Amino acid sequence: MHSMFNGDFGIILVNIFLLAMLFAAAVAIARMRSLFAIVMLSGIYSLVSAAWYVAVDAVDVAFTEAAVGAGMSTVVLLGAMLLTSRTAKPEKPFSRLGPFLVCLATGAALIYATVDLPALGDATSAANTGVGYTYLQVAWFDTAIPNVVTPVLASYRGFDTLGETTVVFTAGLAVALLLGFGERSLAERIRNEGRSGDERRSKKASAASDEDPS
Amino acid sequence: MNTDHHVILRVIAKMLIPVITMFAFYVQFHGDFGPGGGFQAGVIIAVAVILYALVFGVSAAMRAVPPVFTRSLAAVGVMIYAGVGFWALLQGGHYLEYQALFHEGPGEHHGQHIGIMVIEIGVLCGVAGAMLTIFYAFAGRVAEIRDEDW
Repeated sequence: MHSMFNGDFGIILVNIFLLAMLFAAAVAIARMRSLFAIVMLSGIYSLVSAAWYVAVDAVDVAFTEAAVGAGMSTVVLLGAMLLTSRTAKPEKPFSRLGPFLVCLATGAALIYATVDLPALGDATSAANTGVGYTYLQVAWFDTAIPNVVTPVLASYRGFDTLGETTVVFTAGLAVALLLGFGERSLAERIRNEGRSGDERRSKKASAASDEDPS
Repeated sequence: MNTDHHVILRVIAKMLIPVITMFAFYVQFHGDFGPGGGFQAGVIIAVAVILYALVFGVSAAMRAVPPVFTRSLAAVGVMIYAGVGFWALLQGGHYLEYQALFHEGPGEHHGQHIGIMVIEIGVLCGVAGAMLTIFYAFAGRVAEIRDEDW
Protein backbone atom coordinates (compact mmCIF):
# COMPACT_ATOMS: atom_id res chain seq x y z
CA MET A 1 0.00 0.00 0.00
CA HIS A 2 2.95 2.26 0.68
CA SER A 3 4.05 2.06 -2.95
CA MET A 4 0.84 3.79 -3.98
CA PHE A 5 2.22 7.07 -2.71
CA ASN A 6 5.73 7.19 -4.10
CA GLY A 7 6.88 7.94 -7.63
CA ASP A 8 6.43 4.40 -8.93
CA PHE A 9 2.68 4.70 -8.97
CA GLY A 10 2.64 7.19 -11.84
CA ILE A 11 5.01 5.01 -13.87
CA ILE A 12 2.80 1.98 -13.26
CA LEU A 13 -0.22 3.96 -14.47
CA VAL A 14 1.65 5.07 -17.60
CA ASN A 15 2.72 1.49 -18.29
CA ILE A 16 -0.82 0.17 -17.89
CA PHE A 17 -2.21 2.93 -20.11
CA LEU A 18 0.33 2.38 -22.90
CA LEU A 19 0.05 -1.40 -22.82
CA ALA A 20 -3.75 -1.14 -22.87
CA MET A 21 -3.48 1.08 -25.95
CA LEU A 22 -1.17 -1.48 -27.58
CA PHE A 23 -3.65 -4.24 -26.79
CA ALA A 24 -6.58 -2.22 -28.18
CA ALA A 25 -4.65 -1.44 -31.36
CA ALA A 26 -3.69 -5.10 -31.82
CA VAL A 27 -7.28 -6.28 -31.36
CA ALA A 28 -8.54 -3.62 -33.76
CA ILE A 29 -5.95 -4.65 -36.37
CA ALA A 30 -6.99 -8.29 -36.03
CA ARG A 31 -10.67 -7.47 -36.47
CA MET A 32 -10.49 -4.96 -39.31
CA ARG A 33 -10.82 -5.63 -43.02
CA SER A 34 -9.93 -2.21 -44.42
CA LEU A 35 -6.22 -2.36 -45.27
CA PHE A 36 -5.79 1.42 -45.11
CA ALA A 37 -7.07 1.50 -41.52
CA ILE A 38 -4.85 -1.47 -40.65
CA VAL A 39 -1.75 0.27 -41.98
CA MET A 40 -2.58 3.43 -40.04
CA LEU A 41 -3.23 1.42 -36.88
CA SER A 42 0.06 -0.39 -37.21
CA GLY A 43 1.76 3.01 -37.38
CA ILE A 44 -0.07 4.01 -34.21
CA TYR A 45 0.98 0.72 -32.64
CA SER A 46 4.63 1.51 -33.39
CA LEU A 47 4.30 5.02 -32.01
CA VAL A 48 2.70 3.81 -28.78
CA SER A 49 5.32 1.11 -28.35
CA ALA A 50 8.01 3.78 -28.89
CA ALA A 51 6.43 5.76 -26.05
CA TRP A 52 6.46 2.62 -23.94
CA TYR A 53 10.17 2.05 -24.68
CA VAL A 54 10.79 5.55 -23.35
CA ALA A 55 8.85 4.61 -20.22
CA VAL A 56 11.19 1.65 -19.64
CA ASP A 57 14.29 3.83 -20.30
CA ALA A 58 15.24 2.30 -23.65
CA VAL A 59 15.56 5.66 -25.37
CA ASP A 60 17.64 4.55 -28.34
CA VAL A 61 15.27 1.69 -29.12
CA ALA A 62 12.33 4.07 -28.80
CA PHE A 63 13.96 6.47 -31.22
CA THR A 64 14.52 3.74 -33.78
CA GLU A 65 11.02 2.38 -33.34
CA ALA A 66 9.48 5.81 -33.84
CA ALA A 67 11.55 6.53 -36.94
CA VAL A 68 11.41 3.09 -38.57
CA GLY A 69 8.18 1.61 -37.28
CA ALA A 70 5.92 4.64 -37.24
CA GLY A 71 7.51 6.54 -40.11
CA MET A 72 9.24 4.31 -42.60
CA SER A 73 7.38 1.01 -42.50
CA THR A 74 3.98 2.73 -42.46
CA VAL A 75 4.85 4.48 -45.71
CA VAL A 76 6.22 1.31 -47.29
CA LEU A 77 3.11 -0.62 -46.22
CA LEU A 78 0.95 2.13 -47.70
CA GLY A 79 2.82 1.85 -50.97
CA ALA A 80 2.41 -1.92 -50.92
CA MET A 81 -1.30 -1.56 -50.13
CA LEU A 82 -1.84 0.76 -53.08
CA LEU A 83 -0.57 -2.03 -55.34
CA THR A 84 -3.26 -4.44 -54.11
CA SER A 85 -6.91 -4.12 -53.23
CA ARG A 86 -8.16 -1.89 -50.45
CA THR A 87 -9.85 -4.49 -48.29
CA ALA A 88 -8.93 -7.95 -47.12
CA LYS A 89 -10.98 -10.87 -48.32
CA PRO A 90 -13.75 -11.99 -45.96
CA GLU A 91 -12.84 -15.25 -44.30
CA LYS A 92 -14.78 -18.42 -43.90
CA PRO A 93 -16.11 -19.05 -40.40
CA PHE A 94 -13.74 -21.07 -38.19
CA SER A 95 -10.78 -20.35 -40.46
CA ARG A 96 -9.46 -18.09 -37.71
CA LEU A 97 -9.56 -20.88 -35.16
CA GLY A 98 -6.15 -22.34 -36.05
CA PRO A 99 -4.24 -19.01 -35.95
CA PHE A 100 -6.10 -18.09 -32.77
CA LEU A 101 -4.94 -21.30 -31.08
CA VAL A 102 -1.35 -20.70 -32.24
CA CYS A 103 -1.47 -17.15 -30.85
CA LEU A 104 -2.91 -18.39 -27.60
CA ALA A 105 -0.23 -21.06 -27.19
CA THR A 106 2.58 -18.62 -28.06
CA GLY A 107 1.19 -15.99 -25.71
CA ALA A 108 0.91 -18.51 -22.89
CA ALA A 109 4.50 -19.63 -23.48
CA LEU A 110 5.71 -16.01 -23.45
CA ILE A 111 3.83 -15.20 -20.27
CA TYR A 112 5.27 -18.33 -18.69
CA ALA A 113 8.74 -17.17 -19.77
CA THR A 114 8.31 -13.71 -18.22
CA VAL A 115 8.12 -15.33 -14.81
CA ASP A 116 11.86 -16.04 -15.07
CA LEU A 117 12.78 -12.57 -16.32
CA PRO A 118 14.64 -10.31 -13.88
CA ALA A 119 12.90 -7.16 -12.70
CA LEU A 120 13.47 -3.91 -14.61
CA GLY A 121 16.76 -2.41 -13.45
CA ASP A 122 17.73 -5.44 -11.38
CA ALA A 123 21.43 -5.00 -10.57
CA THR A 124 22.07 -8.74 -10.51
CA SER A 125 20.43 -9.50 -13.86
CA ALA A 126 22.49 -10.86 -16.72
CA ALA A 127 22.24 -7.58 -18.63
CA ASN A 128 23.69 -5.54 -15.77
CA THR A 129 26.52 -7.87 -14.88
CA GLY A 130 29.17 -9.37 -17.13
CA VAL A 131 30.00 -7.61 -20.36
CA GLY A 132 27.40 -4.84 -20.00
CA TYR A 133 28.87 -3.77 -16.69
CA THR A 134 32.38 -3.95 -18.14
CA TYR A 135 31.39 -1.64 -21.00
CA LEU A 136 30.02 0.89 -18.53
CA GLN A 137 33.29 0.81 -16.61
CA VAL A 138 35.80 0.96 -19.44
CA ALA A 139 33.97 2.91 -22.17
CA TRP A 140 34.95 6.33 -20.88
CA PHE A 141 38.63 5.43 -20.57
CA ASP A 142 38.69 3.73 -23.97
CA THR A 143 36.77 6.22 -26.06
CA ALA A 144 35.87 9.34 -24.02
CA ILE A 145 32.36 9.33 -25.49
CA PRO A 146 29.65 10.20 -22.95
CA ASN A 147 26.83 8.14 -24.47
CA VAL A 148 27.91 4.57 -23.78
CA VAL A 149 25.56 3.21 -26.44
CA THR A 150 27.60 4.79 -29.22
CA PRO A 151 30.99 3.20 -28.39
CA VAL A 152 29.30 -0.15 -27.76
CA LEU A 153 27.59 -0.05 -31.16
CA ALA A 154 30.31 1.59 -33.20
CA SER A 155 33.55 0.58 -31.51
CA TYR A 156 33.25 -2.56 -29.38
CA ARG A 157 30.73 -4.09 -31.74
CA GLY A 158 31.78 -2.37 -34.94
CA PHE A 159 31.60 -5.64 -36.85
CA ASP A 160 27.95 -6.08 -35.85
CA THR A 161 27.08 -2.59 -36.99
CA LEU A 162 28.92 -3.12 -40.26
CA GLY A 163 26.84 -6.26 -40.69
CA GLU A 164 23.64 -4.37 -39.92
CA THR A 165 24.45 -1.66 -42.43
CA THR A 166 25.16 -4.35 -45.01
CA VAL A 167 21.84 -6.01 -44.16
CA VAL A 168 19.97 -2.73 -44.72
CA PHE A 169 21.82 -2.21 -48.00
CA THR A 170 21.06 -5.78 -49.07
CA ALA A 171 17.39 -5.32 -48.21
CA GLY A 172 17.23 -2.22 -50.37
CA LEU A 173 19.04 -4.01 -53.16
CA ALA A 174 16.73 -7.03 -52.94
CA VAL A 175 13.58 -4.91 -53.04
CA ALA A 176 14.93 -2.91 -55.96
CA LEU A 177 15.84 -6.08 -57.85
CA LEU A 178 12.40 -7.57 -57.24
CA LEU A 179 10.28 -4.47 -57.88
CA GLY A 180 12.54 -2.41 -60.12
CA PHE A 181 14.10 0.86 -59.16
CA GLY A 182 10.80 2.64 -59.64
CA GLU A 183 11.94 4.95 -62.35
CA ARG A 184 10.90 3.01 -65.42
CA SER A 185 7.17 3.31 -64.77
CA LEU A 186 7.55 6.98 -64.04
CA ALA A 187 10.25 7.93 -66.51
CA GLU A 188 7.84 8.82 -69.27
CA ARG A 189 5.69 10.88 -66.97
CA ILE A 190 8.65 12.77 -65.55
CA ARG A 191 9.79 13.59 -69.06
CA ASN A 192 6.37 14.79 -70.10
CA GLU A 193 5.42 16.59 -66.95
CA GLY A 194 6.83 19.94 -68.02
CA ARG A 195 4.65 20.32 -71.09
CA SER A 196 1.59 18.16 -70.65
CA GLY A 197 -0.94 18.19 -67.87
CA ASP A 198 -1.62 14.48 -68.16
CA GLU A 199 -1.56 13.52 -64.50
CA ARG A 200 -4.20 10.84 -64.54
CA ARG A 201 -2.43 7.88 -65.96
CA SER A 202 -4.62 4.92 -65.39
CA LYS A 203 -3.30 2.10 -63.29
CA LYS A 204 -3.65 -0.23 -66.22
CA ALA A 205 -1.28 1.84 -68.32
CA SER A 206 1.38 1.87 -65.65
CA ALA A 207 1.01 -1.86 -65.14
CA ALA A 208 1.45 -2.32 -68.87
CA SER A 209 4.62 -0.26 -68.89
CA ASP A 210 5.98 -2.38 -66.07
CA GLU A 211 5.59 -5.44 -68.24
CA ASP A 212 7.56 -3.74 -70.95
CA PRO A 213 10.77 -5.76 -71.24
CA SER A 214 12.87 -2.92 -72.67
CA MET B 1 0.18 21.03 -60.65
CA ASN B 2 -2.41 19.66 -58.26
CA THR B 3 -5.88 20.82 -57.51
CA ASP B 4 -5.95 23.35 -54.78
CA HIS B 5 -7.37 21.49 -51.81
CA HIS B 6 -4.01 20.24 -50.53
CA VAL B 7 -2.66 23.73 -50.08
CA ILE B 8 -2.47 23.58 -46.28
CA LEU B 9 -0.67 20.25 -46.50
CA ARG B 10 1.83 21.70 -48.96
CA VAL B 11 2.53 24.82 -46.91
CA ILE B 12 3.01 22.84 -43.69
CA ALA B 13 5.22 20.28 -45.44
CA LYS B 14 7.34 23.03 -46.95
CA MET B 15 7.93 24.41 -43.48
CA LEU B 16 8.56 21.02 -41.89
CA ILE B 17 10.92 19.38 -44.39
CA PRO B 18 13.95 21.62 -43.66
CA VAL B 19 13.34 21.23 -39.92
CA ILE B 20 13.17 17.45 -40.26
CA THR B 21 16.40 17.39 -42.25
CA MET B 22 18.13 19.61 -39.71
CA PHE B 23 16.90 17.40 -36.89
CA ALA B 24 18.37 14.41 -38.71
CA PHE B 25 21.79 16.05 -38.74
CA TYR B 26 21.39 16.94 -35.06
CA VAL B 27 20.65 13.28 -34.34
CA GLN B 28 23.64 12.27 -36.44
CA PHE B 29 26.24 14.49 -34.84
CA HIS B 30 24.79 14.46 -31.34
CA GLY B 31 24.86 10.67 -31.20
CA ASP B 32 28.03 10.80 -29.08
CA PHE B 33 26.18 12.63 -26.33
CA GLY B 34 22.56 11.52 -26.48
CA PRO B 35 20.34 8.93 -28.05
CA GLY B 36 20.58 8.61 -31.79
CA GLY B 37 23.19 7.96 -34.41
CA GLY B 38 23.62 7.18 -38.04
CA PHE B 39 20.79 4.69 -38.36
CA GLN B 40 18.12 6.95 -36.90
CA ALA B 41 19.43 9.99 -38.75
CA GLY B 42 19.40 8.09 -42.03
CA VAL B 43 15.80 7.05 -41.54
CA ILE B 44 14.81 10.61 -40.62
CA ILE B 45 16.44 12.03 -43.77
CA ALA B 46 14.66 9.37 -45.83
CA VAL B 47 11.39 10.29 -44.14
CA ALA B 48 11.91 13.96 -45.04
CA VAL B 49 12.26 13.05 -48.72
CA ILE B 50 9.30 10.66 -48.47
CA LEU B 51 7.15 13.43 -46.98
CA TYR B 52 8.10 15.57 -49.95
CA ALA B 53 7.15 12.72 -52.27
CA LEU B 54 3.80 12.18 -50.55
CA VAL B 55 2.83 15.83 -50.68
CA PHE B 56 4.32 16.98 -53.98
CA GLY B 57 4.25 13.74 -55.92
CA VAL B 58 6.79 10.97 -56.47
CA SER B 59 8.00 12.38 -59.78
CA ALA B 60 8.88 15.71 -58.16
CA ALA B 61 10.80 13.84 -55.46
CA MET B 62 12.56 11.79 -58.12
CA ARG B 63 13.69 14.99 -59.81
CA ALA B 64 14.95 16.40 -56.51
CA VAL B 65 16.59 13.16 -55.27
CA PRO B 66 17.04 10.86 -58.28
CA PRO B 67 16.78 7.09 -57.74
CA VAL B 68 20.23 6.61 -59.23
CA PHE B 69 21.55 8.88 -56.47
CA THR B 70 19.81 6.98 -53.68
CA ARG B 71 21.08 3.58 -54.74
CA SER B 72 24.59 4.93 -55.23
CA LEU B 73 24.34 6.55 -51.80
CA ALA B 74 23.45 3.20 -50.21
CA ALA B 75 26.45 1.51 -51.80
CA VAL B 76 28.80 4.39 -50.97
CA GLY B 77 27.66 4.32 -47.34
CA VAL B 78 28.60 0.66 -46.92
CA MET B 79 31.88 1.35 -48.70
CA ILE B 80 32.68 4.24 -46.32
CA TYR B 81 32.08 1.96 -43.33
CA ALA B 82 34.13 -0.89 -44.76
CA GLY B 83 36.77 1.61 -45.89
CA VAL B 84 37.45 2.67 -42.31
CA GLY B 85 38.22 -0.97 -41.59
CA PHE B 86 40.71 -1.08 -44.43
CA TRP B 87 42.16 2.26 -43.32
CA ALA B 88 42.88 0.68 -39.94
CA LEU B 89 44.38 -2.35 -41.69
CA LEU B 90 46.68 -0.10 -43.74
CA GLN B 91 47.83 1.64 -40.56
CA GLY B 92 48.91 -1.71 -39.21
CA GLY B 93 45.99 -2.43 -36.88
CA HIS B 94 43.18 -4.92 -36.97
CA TYR B 95 40.08 -4.42 -39.10
CA LEU B 96 38.00 -1.54 -37.67
CA GLU B 97 40.50 -0.96 -34.87
CA TYR B 98 40.06 2.79 -34.44
CA GLN B 99 42.94 3.01 -32.00
CA ALA B 100 45.29 2.17 -34.87
CA LEU B 101 44.04 4.91 -37.19
CA PHE B 102 46.51 7.46 -35.83
CA HIS B 103 48.85 4.99 -34.06
CA GLU B 104 47.57 5.90 -30.61
CA GLY B 105 48.15 4.10 -27.37
CA PRO B 106 45.44 3.27 -24.85
CA GLY B 107 43.87 6.35 -23.30
CA GLU B 108 44.10 8.48 -26.43
CA HIS B 109 40.83 9.09 -28.16
CA HIS B 110 41.40 10.94 -31.40
CA GLY B 111 41.16 7.81 -33.55
CA GLN B 112 38.07 6.61 -31.71
CA HIS B 113 36.29 9.90 -32.31
CA ILE B 114 37.25 10.18 -35.97
CA GLY B 115 36.58 6.51 -36.66
CA ILE B 116 33.17 6.51 -35.03
CA MET B 117 32.20 9.74 -36.77
CA VAL B 118 33.20 8.41 -40.19
CA ILE B 119 31.44 5.08 -39.78
CA GLU B 120 28.32 6.87 -38.53
CA ILE B 121 28.38 8.93 -41.73
CA GLY B 122 28.66 5.65 -43.62
CA VAL B 123 25.66 4.27 -41.74
CA LEU B 124 23.73 7.48 -42.45
CA CYS B 125 24.39 7.26 -46.18
CA GLY B 126 23.72 3.52 -46.35
CA VAL B 127 20.46 3.62 -44.43
CA ALA B 128 19.08 6.77 -46.09
CA GLY B 129 19.96 5.45 -49.54
CA ALA B 130 18.53 1.99 -48.92
CA MET B 131 15.30 3.32 -47.39
CA LEU B 132 14.74 5.72 -50.27
CA THR B 133 15.51 2.97 -52.78
CA ILE B 134 12.87 0.77 -51.14
CA PHE B 135 10.38 3.64 -51.12
CA TYR B 136 10.97 4.46 -54.77
CA ALA B 137 10.65 0.78 -55.69
CA PHE B 138 7.16 0.69 -54.15
CA ALA B 139 6.02 4.19 -55.01
CA GLY B 140 7.31 4.06 -58.58
CA ARG B 141 4.89 1.26 -59.40
CA VAL B 142 1.82 3.13 -58.22
CA ALA B 143 0.25 5.68 -60.49
CA GLU B 144 -0.68 9.00 -58.95
CA ILE B 145 -2.67 8.51 -55.75
CA ARG B 146 -6.12 9.71 -56.69
CA ASP B 147 -8.42 11.48 -54.29
CA GLU B 148 -10.94 8.68 -54.26
CA ASP B 149 -8.27 6.30 -52.97
CA TRP B 150 -8.23 8.02 -49.60
